[in-house]
Amino acid sequence: MRSQQETEMEIFEVLQPGAYTTIQDRGRFGYQQYGVPVCGRVDPFAYEVANALVGNFEGHAVLEATVLGPTLKVTGRGLMAVTGGDLTPLLNNMPLPMWESVSIQPGDMIQFKGLKSGCRAYVAVAGGIDVPVVMGSRSTYVAGMIGGVDGRPLAAGDRLMKGKGAGKAGVRVPSDLVPAYPKELEIRVILGPQDDYFHEGIERFLSTTFRVSPKADRMGCRLEGDPIKHREGVEKSIISEPSVPGGIQVPADGQPIILLVEQTVGGYTKIATVISSDIGKVGQAKTGDRIRFRQVALEEAHRILKMEEEKIQTITRSIAP
Amino acid sequence: MYDKPRFLLAGDRGLLVEFGAAIDPEINRKVRQIFLALENSPIDGVGEVIPTYRSILISYDPMQTDPSTLTREILDREKRLDELEIPPPETTEIPVSYGGEFGPDLEFVARHNKLTPQQVIEIHTSGTYLIYMIGFTPGFPFLGGLSGRLFTPRRENPRQLVPAGSVGIANNQTGIYSIDSPGGWQLIGKTPIKIYNPKGTPPMLLKAGNFLKFKGISREAFDEIAARNRDGNL
Repeated sequence: MRSQQETEMEIFEVLQPGAYTTIQDRGRFGYQQYGVPVCGRVDPFAYEVANALVGNFEGHAVLEATVLGPTLKVTGRGLMAVTGGDLTPLLNNMPLPMWESVSIQPGDMIQFKGLKSGCRAYVAVAGGIDVPVVMGSRSTYVAGMIGGVDGRPLAAGDRLMKGKGAGKAGVRVPSDLVPAYPKELEIRVILGPQDDYFHEGIERFLSTTFRVSPKADRMGCRLEGDPIKHREGVEKSIISEPSVPGGIQVPADGQPIILLVEQTVGGYTKIATVISSDIGKVGQAKTGDRIRFRQVALEEAHRILKMEEEKIQTITRSIAP
Repeated sequence: MYDKPRFLLAGDRGLLVEFGAAIDPEINRKVRQIFLALENSPIDGVGEVIPTYRSILISYDPMQTDPSTLTREILDREKRLDELEIPPPETTEIPVSYGGEFGPDLEFVARHNKLTPQQVIEIHTSGTYLIYMIGFTPGFPFLGGLSGRLFTPRRENPRQLVPAGSVGIANNQTGIYSIDSPGGWQLIGKTPIKIYNPKGTPPMLLKAGNFLKFKGISREAFDEIAARNRDGNL
């Protein structure tokens, strides 16, 4: 458990990119009025913990792998941690412990053998993945062609650099604080902003178990279930207005879409909004998972958020040097 | 325009302020004024503010403030709008080379509206367009003010790739593609100006609440401006 002083250098060569692996940090702020969404990690808890485990506390960039993880050849000495959904990470063909910091050496091979739970895994390295900062962030925004590696998901042959950092191997998150990423989720919501476009629709929305459709990405998670009906006589679309992560759009077909992090404006009615503490859970939902919604009051959402932030701080403090 | 703004919850970190129920220049002017009032005298705990057609989203940190405080602060600023020094909207001129390879649908738009291509250009360049909001793709302006003489439906077959800078018409809207993307608008021309340049300072040329005019330029002038702007700023 010796401390490792790290320097800037190349850390990974991408042998296979996986299904959809991007570089993400906390997000890009200040440009939504110009149509640039926040982007950033979809699961804030897994992201913050991955970084803390390797001694990163400043919103460093990590890899966000989706469903099928990448194959990475380690090209530099360093410290890494994998958190989030269990995509079965392997180090040199042996199970790589998740939620724990691990030393890596040139020649090591990192692979992911398949999805066990959740949907997105986070790979942090001490010092952070280093790519140019574009408009204040390293987050990849593929539709806007910015951030990450040339504004695109990773591709075979990419060589990734890391920044300066230091941390210790063998730091672990207590097992009771590791999320389970179950296949049945209860997601807490605040009604609105367009709950007045629905009557019975709201009861239907709160009593239906929805299934996550295959059409889910970083922009939005589409659900399937009993269609939610708008109130008689109201328009089914609205004048385009700002969107927030977690907004639940109900288009004319009644099948809800939970917005994630890549949309700034939209013209669909939003029956409710996922509380910010539960957006990461939505980001870990995969095709076929089941989601039920539970309404909470704003004050309760704020209490939950405070508890969630304290939980991250507790973990961070227990890990910090 | 509503007598009083409506305040709607957008989750636990967002407050949506609505000023009216229509796409209307007066309502959008109010959006711009409140947006600038918030920029000039920010509210503690407020992060990003997004102006759109008839509403503004206020993102806030619930550990620092709450919707009732925000509501009070916004109504207070609304009352004092006259005291706040709000600069008049700016008008940006966008040079456009119309027709030819840049505007493959100019002839169609002309035929559809029983005009000559030259008349389409004259009408399109004589308008002053309100930038209601920016979105859809980075820097893409939603414009109001297209002459009814140019309304044209979208193409039946959208193009796989519309180059950034292309100027198009779709129904009662006109706009500029900010990035290379698929698209179904009728293309009438192209501007050599980058309205979205991630490496530029600022990265975006246009701002919601301001105005825009199109100016016809020759193909030679297009090439000259494009060469000058190749890697540089706006």
